[in-house]
Amino acid sequence: MKQSHVFRSGLLGLSFILLVVALYLIFIYVPTEKTMGIVQRIFYFHVPVAWVAFLAFFIVFLGSILYLWKRQSKWDVIASSSAEVGIVFTTLVLITGSIWAKPIWGVWWTWDARLTTSLVLWLIYVAYLIVRSYATEEQRGARFAAIVGIVGFIDVPIVALAITLWRTQHPGPVIFQGGLAPPMLLTLLVCLAAFTTLYCLLLIQRVSMKNDEGEIKRLKELCSWGCD
Amino acid sequence: MSFWRNVIAITWKDALSQMRTKELVSSVLVFTLLVIVIFNFAFGASQETMRLVAPGILWVTFAFAGVLSLNHSFILEKEEGCLEGLMVCPISREVIYVGKMLGSLLFMLIIEAIALPIFAFLFNLILSLQLVVITVLTTVGFVAVGTLFSALAVNTRAREMVLPILFLPIVVPIIICAVRASGLALSGEPWGSLSSWLQIIGAFDVIFLVVSFLIFAFVIEE
Repeated sequence: MKQSHVFRSGLLGLSFILLVVALYLIFIYVPTEKTMGIVQRIFYFHVPVAWVAFLAFFIVFLGSILYLWKRQSKWDVIASSSAEVGIVFTTLVLITGSIWAKPIWGVWWTWDARLTTSLVLWLIYVAYLIVRSYATEEQRGARFAAIVGIVGFIDVPIVALAITLWRTQHPGPVIFQGGLAPPMLLTLLVCLAAFTTLYCLLLIQRVSMKNDEGEIKRLKELCSWGCD
Repeated sequence: MSFWRNVIAITWKDALSQMRTKELVSSVLVFTLLVIVIFNFAFGASQETMRLVAPGILWVTFAFAGVLSLNHSFILEKEEGCLEGLMVCPISREVIYVGKMLGSLLFMLIIEAIALPIFAFLFNLILSLQLVVITVLTTVGFVAVGTLFSALAVNTRAREMVLPILFLPIVVPIIICAVRASGLALSGEPWGSLSSWLQIIGAFDVIFLVVSFLIFAFVIEE
């Protein structure tokens, strides 16, 4: 118990430091991009957030398979916590993407391949949470959600493929030609590390919260059974 | 071999119960017709716009009709206690999946076989073999995922609500491909230009038939 607390505090400290460093790099260190200007700095936020969202859904996929296979509720707790964090990060991807799109493309939203894929992804995992909440009992909800978690993740590459093929029929906006300049790459990597650490922290926090909820529920049941 | 004999028994049971009542076929058909008519109002009736939006209308209609009929596929089983009966039968869960899937496929293909000519008639379009192939392939994808989710949705509280919420985002890729391929087919393009779309639909069908087959047993466990 004590050990996990120390670990969590360490993770909190680490992600705090990394995020502060990331902010410094984004707003002070890294040079402004030539064609897009100041707004391009949102890139260092947008890309890591998208990466974390994808990582989170991959964890949902793994957790779902392990839950169906082993039937230990800890896998379900991990999967559902990761799905919640993933939805938050996908929402952030959509929001930062829109903020970036407005000055560059002139519109908040365009049915660009990546944007559309993110939106479909968001819808699939919202369905994941809805199924769980509509189930009549907890275990059944966990099982149903696991099925959606597996099917949804397998669907993602097909969605991306279909939407890319659909959109590349029209000339699409080019985001980057050629590689990133070294300072930009460094900033991106630090931001990736910062957000990945933040994800781990959020996931662990949510898992322990869910475990506590389960424990309280169990104690309550025990208590009401004892009182009667 | 007994696998397929059991599968066909389940599919036959579904077909028989549909033929006896004819309730679902007629209501889904009327629904399909209504959706097409209402879209006609939504987009204005000029010949030009219709040619442009017809493939979209067709696939939105079929997706909705799919949700409607797939929802029913397991609700009937549940209400009459038939699902329990199937589950105590000495057959594997996979047999139930394939049987129900084929039943829904048959049902939807019948609906589409009637709706497609009506659609072509109303919008002045010419049906081609290409359109038939696209329809069959996409419908296989619909029922492959739909049967899995229908069995899942029927065991939740708001069961009619859950299926579309699950089903529609998952079938997005094949709806995109079907709309695109139908558009090309209706404007008389050769097979070659359709192939990349058909390939994605085919890949989707194969992947989700296998995945659903493998995990169906987890849906109807108790």
